Amino acid sequence: MVLLRKYLPHLVLALGAIPMLLPFYWMLLTSFRSPAEIFDVSLWPIPKNFDAVENYARAAGQVPMARFMLNGVIVCLGILIAQVLTAVPAAYALAKLRFPARKLMLSLVIAALCIPMQALALPLYVGLAKTDLLNTYFAMMSPFFLSVFAIFLFHQSFRSYPDEIIEAARIDGFSEMEICWGLVLRGSLPSLAAFAVFSLVAHWNDLYWPMIVVTDTNLAPPPLGMLFFSDVESGANYGALMAGATIITAPMVVCFLFARKHFIAGLTMTGVK
Amino acid sequence: MQPQSLQLSGIRKGFGADDVLKEIDLSVRPGEFLSLVGMSGCGKSTLLRIMAGLETPDSGTVSIGSRDVTNVDPSDRDLAMVFQSYALYPHMSVRQNIATPLRMRNLSLGARLPLIGRMTAKASVLSKIDAAVNEAADVLQIGHLLDRKPAQLSGGQRQRVALARALVRSPAAFLMDEPLSNLDAKLRAHMREELSGLHRRLGATFIYVTHDQIEAMTMSDRIALMSSGRIEQLGTPDELYQQPATVTVARFIGTPSINLLPVEIDASGRVMALGRPLGVSVPARYAGPAMLGIRAEDLRPAAGGFAVKVLRSETYGADRYVTGHLADDQAVCIVMRQAAGDPIAVNGEGLSHLVFPEQRAHLFGADGNRIETTVPARIAI
Amino acid sequence: MSAIELPLAQPVKARPRRSAADRRMARLGLMFAAPSALLLLGFYIVPMIVLAVFSVTDYQLGALSTRFTGFDNFTKAFHDPVFLRALKNTVIYAAIVIPLGVCLALGIALLVYGRKKSRAFWEVAYFLPVTATLVAMATVWQFLLHPSLGPVNAAIKAMGYEPVSFLSNPTLLIPTMAMIGVWQVLGFNMVLFLAGLTAIPKDLYEAARLDGAKSAVDRFFIVTWPMLGPTTVFVVVTTSISAFKVFETVAVLTRGRFGSETLLFDLYLEGFEYSNTGYAAALTLLFLLIVLVLSIGQMWHMDRKVHY
Ligand SMILES: Nc1ncnc2c1ncn2[C@@H]1O[C@H](COP(=O)(O)OP(=O)(O)O)[C@@H](O)[C@H]1O
Ligand SMILES: [Mg+2]
Repeated sequence: MVLLRKYLPHLVLALGAIPMLLPFYWMLLTSFRSPAEIFDVSLWPIPKNFDAVENYARAAGQVPMARFMLNGVIVCLGILIAQVLTAVPAAYALAKLRFPARKLMLSLVIAALCIPMQALALPLYVGLAKTDLLNTYFAMMSPFFLSVFAIFLFHQSFRSYPDEIIEAARIDGFSEMEICWGLVLRGSLPSLAAFAVFSLVAHWNDLYWPMIVVTDTNLAPPPLGMLFFSDVESGANYGALMAGATIITAPMVVCFLFARKHFIAGLTMTGVK
Repeated sequence: MQPQSLQLSGIRKGFGADDVLKEIDLSVRPGEFLSLVGMSGCGKSTLLRIMAGLETPDSGTVSIGSRDVTNVDPSDRDLAMVFQSYALYPHMSVRQNIATPLRMRNLSLGARLPLIGRMTAKASVLSKIDAAVNEAADVLQIGHLLDRKPAQLSGGQRQRVALARALVRSPAAFLMDEPLSNLDAKLRAHMREELSGLHRRLGATFIYVTHDQIEAMTMSDRIALMSSGRIEQLGTPDELYQQPATVTVARFIGTPSINLLPVEIDASGRVMALGRPLGVSVPARYAGPAMLGIRAEDLRPAAGGFAVKVLRSETYGADRYVTGHLADDQAVCIVMRQAAGDPIAVNGEGLSHLVFPEQRAHLFGADGNRIETTVPARIAI
Repeated sequence: MSAIELPLAQPVKARPRRSAADRRMARLGLMFAAPSALLLLGFYIVPMIVLAVFSVTDYQLGALSTRFTGFDNFTKAFHDPVFLRALKNTVIYAAIVIPLGVCLALGIALLVYGRKKSRAFWEVAYFLPVTATLVAMATVWQFLLHPSLGPVNAAIKAMGYEPVSFLSNPTLLIPTMAMIGVWQVLGFNMVLFLAGLTAIPKDLYEAARLDGAKSAVDRFFIVTWPMLGPTTVFVVVTTSISAFKVFETVAVLTRGRFGSETLLFDLYLEGFEYSNTGYAAALTLLFLLIVLVLSIGQMWHMDRKVHY
């Protein structure tokens, strides 16, 4: 009885964890299995025939899986770099410099925080269509070049940087650029790391916008690629389908397992809003 | 409720590898104000929390009155505690904060629910609680603050609310863990008086933890001075000051700190200080190095005394502290307290010669324990 | 604020020199803010205006002529069975995801918070779905819930019941997607609750015990629940906003078949598949309205509930 009381929380958590982890287990297991085994539905962890090679080869052969991953990397990194390049100086200016329309810009940033990307998709799509930019990396990335969330976050974090150090640095002859990137940003590296995780994960997993602007298979990022792939397979070969899902899910999951703290901080960062 | 005694016997507690409390025995008398005082980290809070039941001792027993409460839940020990951070419920008004101990004890779970509770609770019980809250608030003069939230109060006001929450239900004893340490100096002095007054008025058992010897000296009936998990001495403030049992106690109690001189006890039981024999003797078994403690107010300048190089003097109104070090040994710091009007008596080399009444000096052996001295005749060194 | 303080704080004599420094600072500030300001204009402000304009026209991408139609698009929306169905589906979806996603997460957080050695393990186990690509995981769920090949139905059959067609029975579609939504959001909410729990001072619990709160339930109601107030509001709002944005699961599982469109999916179809730009713009504004009401509700609530 005492033992039960002590282990009851563990028991409940373990029961709850089964549905949480079942999809991952099933995905991996199926990606190793041969078609015959898939059809007799068993939870037994060791596949009788180890068909991993065939399944993964099929996933990579049917659709350009490597290409999807590369697209994902290009788009995510491109977005992240542009976001940091634009948001850091803006946040620094808003937090530490006095200039006309500063208040107005800050209000606009906060107002823009409430507007989800999906609400802007339509006019942006029309604009890109009119300028013949659909089906380009630029189309996939440009709406995210500005992250109002990044400005807001860095602004919060920069504001607490001591003014005295900035003034001392100005007297020592540092340029404003050096102060912004070399001093102030260095004091906010945890915010930068958290934002990087947040941005990378969000755009790696995003389906909505790529689905709108990309129809070319060669430009598809992983989620859209996954959709194409399941269309091609249309339910016939689950082994290959799960192999594809594994390939797409793996980068983020592996990074998460290695940098658990950073991931949790980054993904729940929206909590500071 | 009658004030209760509280006994601890053989209390040990360790966190991981470190022993925080080593075999503590302590008996608190009913109705007394007992302070637990000692350096930060010596285990005072841990001991208090063991009394409250918030920590479980590794061994030993706690009893309140004649009841063994070692394995009793804190909620059933009938103790009240005032926390250093006050631990007020931030979402409740002052009134609700003070009422909580009564509501938890006198209302059923159903009656405590936010909305339905009001309807199901017995009106008589509720009005009794209200009356008790008002009374406690009156005692602490916070009647006008009852509808505020803790966030809208100053530090001193929060302190009073915490006290009111403790005294609203006359517990067996009050436990306080450094309740004044978050207040500024002036308010602290004021609250000291108030706490003493409150103790006199309630006649309740107070167990008070502090690292501030002045608080302990001014308020307590008795003081238990703790050092690294042990009680060094238990006694009245006067006893601790006049008859410190160990060098630790002597060092801790008194401002400025006691002057400690290294001395040598020779084989015949003579105490050799600064190269000359002191006019006191001790049993020969104490032979070896020892410490001589002299209070600053016991020193006075006089010819033939030991030489002190004077470094500075500070005047505090009526008193003056003259600070220096031994002329022969720079490592030994000496502070003398004298009336501000008295001359400092420094010669051309910045030296002053000081004497002290030998029966007022405290002698401590190499183990730090007090050595009782006998004074055969009065001789100055 | 600073504009009012500065003239008072600075001696009049120093003015000319200061204003040179001020001008320099203003120039730098504008320069630093310019890229973001231009992007803000081009990717937020102009699109919002364009969106508003679209919504009162019958514009179709590629069409030759466009008419001003006033509020026709909005009236049309409320007579459009597909939109109404999408709205209803989304509300049902949210009505399942919000309470389950919040309450289960709170329960799990309370259990995980009490664990010392195994806490990291449980955190990972429950947070894993948050990091995983939802499109891929929805595909896995599709397979898990497959009527004949999935282990879920195999288990149901083993217990002697009829297999359930989760993904082809129209009445089960939205609840099934909602369960996947709960699965995805649980870890996220759990971590938010864990952060909220960590912020509760320990001595409040101790004070509550001495005040007579003997049972864990008592302490939950006297300390934990009120102290988690702001966290809970925040979790409810983020969960509702993300529930109203449900898209991936529909896109993977049904493509809107069997009347399973959600708000965002309907919007996607109208705007990008059928090119009814004007009408989709009106729908977008309605969608935006819902999201804004939710986030304003959050701010209003946060202001009231924060204690210190
Ligand atoms: N929960 C705990 N876990 C580990 N060590 C503790 C804990 N509580 C107290 N200690 C240690 O016990 C010692 C005594 O602590 P405490 O009783 O709080 O001292 P104080 O006399 O300052 O109140 C300290 O060294 C502290 O680090
Ligand atoms: Mg302490």
